[in-house]
Amino acid sequence: MTNLLMENFIPAKRQSIINDFAITLSTINGSGSATANMTLVRALFLMGIPVSAKNIFPSNIQGLPTWFTIRCSSSGFLGRVEMDDIVVTMNPAMFQDELKQVISGGVILYADDLKKPEGRDDVILYPMPVKKIVQETDISQQLKGYIANMVYVGVLAELLSIDLNMIFQALEYHFNNNQKAINSNFQVIQSAAMWTKANLEKKDPYSVVPMNNNVNKIMTNGNTAAALGSIYGGVQFVSWYPITPASSIPEEMNIYLPKLRKDPLTGKETYVVVQAEDELSAIGMVTGAGWAGLRSMTATSGPGLSLMSEYLGLAYFAEVPLVIWDVQRVGPSTGLPTRTSQGDLSSAQYISHGDTEFILLLPGNMEECFEFGWRSFDIAERLQTPVIVLSDLDLGMNHWISEPFKYPEKPIDRGKILWEKDLDEWLLSKKHEWGRFMDVDGDGITYRTVPGNLHPKAAYFMRGTGHNEYGGYSEDPQEWEKLLARLKQKFITAKSLGLLPDPQIEVNQNAEIGLILWGSTELAIKEARAILMAQGVNTDSCRVRSLPLDDSIGDFLNKHRRNYIVELNRDGQLHQLLKIRFPETTTQLVSLAHVDGLPVTAKWIMRELRIAEEKIL
Amino acid sequence: MTANMPINQIGLEKNYYRGAISTLCKGCGHNSVANQIMLACFEHNIPPEKIVKFSGIGCSSKSINYFLNRSFGFNGLHGRMPSLALGALFADTTLKGLGVSGDGDTASIGMGQFKHLVRRNIPMVYIVENNGVYGLTKGQFSATSEKDLKIKRQGVNPYLPIDICMEALAAYGTFVARSFAGDPQQVKSLVKAALSHDGIAVIDIISPCVSFHNLENSIHSYTWGKDHESPLHELTFVPPREEITVEDFEKGGMREVVMHDGSMIVLKKLGTDYDPTDRSSAFCMLAEAEKKNWLVTGLIYVDPKSPSLIHNFDLPETPLNRLSSDRIRPAPETLDLINKSLL
Repeated sequence: MTNLLMENFIPAKRQSIINDFAITLSTINGSGSATANMTLVRALFLMGIPVSAKNIFPSNIQGLPTWFTIRCSSSGFLGRVEMDDIVVTMNPAMFQDELKQVISGGVILYADDLKKPEGRDDVILYPMPVKKIVQETDISQQLKGYIANMVYVGVLAELLSIDLNMIFQALEYHFNNNQKAINSNFQVIQSAAMWTKANLEKKDPYSVVPMNNNVNKIMTNGNTAAALGSIYGGVQFVSWYPITPASSIPEEMNIYLPKLRKDPLTGKETYVVVQAEDELSAIGMVTGAGWAGLRSMTATSGPGLSLMSEYLGLAYFAEVPLVIWDVQRVGPSTGLPTRTSQGDLSSAQYISHGDTEFILLLPGNMEECFEFGWRSFDIAERLQTPVIVLSDLDLGMNHWISEPFKYPEKPIDRGKILWEKDLDEWLLSKKHEWGRFMDVDGDGITYRTVPGNLHPKAAYFMRGTGHNEYGGYSEDPQEWEKLLARLKQKFITAKSLGLLPDPQIEVNQNAEIGLILWGSTELAIKEARAILMAQGVNTDSCRVRSLPLDDSIGDFLNKHRRNYIVELNRDGQLHQLLKIRFPETTTQLVSLAHVDGLPVTAKWIMRELRIAEEKIL
Repeated sequence: MTANMPINQIGLEKNYYRGAISTLCKGCGHNSVANQIMLACFEHNIPPEKIVKFSGIGCSSKSINYFLNRSFGFNGLHGRMPSLALGALFADTTLKGLGVSGDGDTASIGMGQFKHLVRRNIPMVYIVENNGVYGLTKGQFSATSEKDLKIKRQGVNPYLPIDICMEALAAYGTFVARSFAGDPQQVKSLVKAALSHDGIAVIDIISPCVSFHNLENSIHSYTWGKDHESPLHELTFVPPREEITVEDFEKGGMREVVMHDGSMIVLKKLGTDYDPTDRSSAFCMLAEAEKKNWLVTGLIYVDPKSPSLIHNFDLPETPLNRLSSDRIRPAPETLDLINKSLL
């Protein structure tokens, strides 16, 4: 296990580097840079090049540094990289810091009113006359401040051979055919490109050429995918409280619901969205709606999930189906509100007091954010229990290439619900009364009625206290134990019905090392595994996609002498859960956990893996 | 059908509106209120299946089990009943919510949710059984306990009390009333009027705790209430499509408020002519009552025209919870269009 450590996975030759580099755009937030940055990303996507974009932003509205990293990779490795090939800096405050982020032989583009950077003779420097180009364009003074960032779009386009037609298309998309905005932005881009052609001598090796990687692909973010998935899952009630990085789930729903969810029969709205006064209330509304027979959900992040723990205990105990999206950020406490982590796994699985357990779904890509959006409702209603989907900021808010979303392959499953005629049939066929908590099928899941059912035998009294099969108050020791055992049994039923997403396992020949992962780390792991393989080290991987943990994960762990569990938290939370669930494999498990607020890189994984392997061997 | 059992206009016996047997203390004001809620629903001719009961935690919250067995009910979390009710009531907007809470559940732990429920104007009756004490935990001060009140083992209450009606008014409540458990006729009339209100109807009912807080000098006791109750008016509820018989009322001594459903609240003047449709008078009246140490009861404020939250949504006639799958999952071709649009 030597020589595992290497730089970004790029071809060795440096004379010409095509479609394999990372650009970081260092700007000030609130300056309109998001439009410029996304224009570049979309143009590269339209050129058919595998591209990803990650925004590192502050918890602030205007005036603090923000970084936007675009990675092109001809091999499709689109995880985060630690060093940049190209840095564009528009922010004087961060100039010296940016210098440290560029690889040797890389490029720095800087607004020429900034002091020329010093201390890096090994990088190529290009000054950009941002103010001059903006002043010379024929646009209103008012708009000039916002449009300055388009200068670097034009300079980069010329330097890297990004197709200006694609840039124009990207502007058309962004400005939704607002011709004035498209033209004024494009004018700046063109001027900057022309200036570059005439004035800058290209000394760097970087460029792009069109590929056909993106045919039929989409570019999206996990929160949009989650919103759309939930809409196709028939969501009927949404309540939420604003929190980064989850707010864009309900916000996207507010955009798409009116377009997609008019009742085909009456043209009326088949959904309700209510912004609550806090997370306590949001989950309360969602619990009420779920109890009353609506497909209901909320979206939040760690601090909100903590507030929701009280109601989640009730919803678990009262067997209320509902869905929570936790788009994880860095905790504990307010933590790093605009940075990513996988820190809520342990707390989410057993959240709230007493004996509880929750179904967790762990999407790892855009398609799964969509799929778990609809599937979570089927699982919640079938099992009559809350489902928590753990996404994270990296999945939720960054920009990912994806296969198109797939229409649900299964019809909607509303679970065991009885309306008036069902209750009549029950009373005829079963020859005994219906009880809300009567386990007639022996699978732990009982039949429910919901308010509005006018059958005289339909109503029952729901309570968060001990109850018998009919919902009547009970402090009877045996009834209590029976009730808790039945709640537990539902989780076994979940497995036997195959309701939960299986772990995704990828195997190579003769691999001794297993990599265990969940969620957004998939791209970095793929890259790390490919490099290891090129160096003759075969690995297998197992991506956990739901909890409770499936038996097949234990089989995977047993097959490997060493299993590295990669996750973005301090304590190795999945590692801990694996040790509890599969104690016989404990000595074969090694935790590779860290959290610094940033998405994991292939480089970090390989470095840590090498250190761990050297210790062992 | 039981012989001699009264039957209402929709053909239901009074028994049909009963609940489980109360486990609260004998003489508890809450039992009297539960009884009046049952009678109000019976006399108002509402099928119990059309009511959903909600409560939080505490003695008052237990009491929703003691009426309307045939209604769905949810005894939820302490102070968090409002959000639960709001979510549930969207499932079928033909249902009426009926919440029972206490002074701890509403004015202490649940103040935030209470005020937001009021401001959202959810169509539900929200009754606070206010006894100024925590009964179920055996006698601690609540947020409505009066200042300087002495309770065994607790000492002297150093804080000023919260006035639930004042809070409801401040939150733009569209129906705010106060009553006294020792005045069952008034409680019943107010509950009936509240059931006709298309919006939030808050009724703060002083309901003495016979075990922990029935001291003669306390405003939450029977004795004090009987001595200090000062009704704003005599209140009669006239259901929709029923003629008002004015025999009981002196000419010129009445005020009428027509409710959303065509029913009418007839208020008979007592002394001064109080106008319950004027929000600023309501504030003044409450402030004056506090100054003079009166327990003013009756309909304090009503705005019968303000639309409830439900009207903000363009929902189909079929309740949302009865919509078939094909009405809540968009067609496959819509997803193709979306996929093409994502960049």
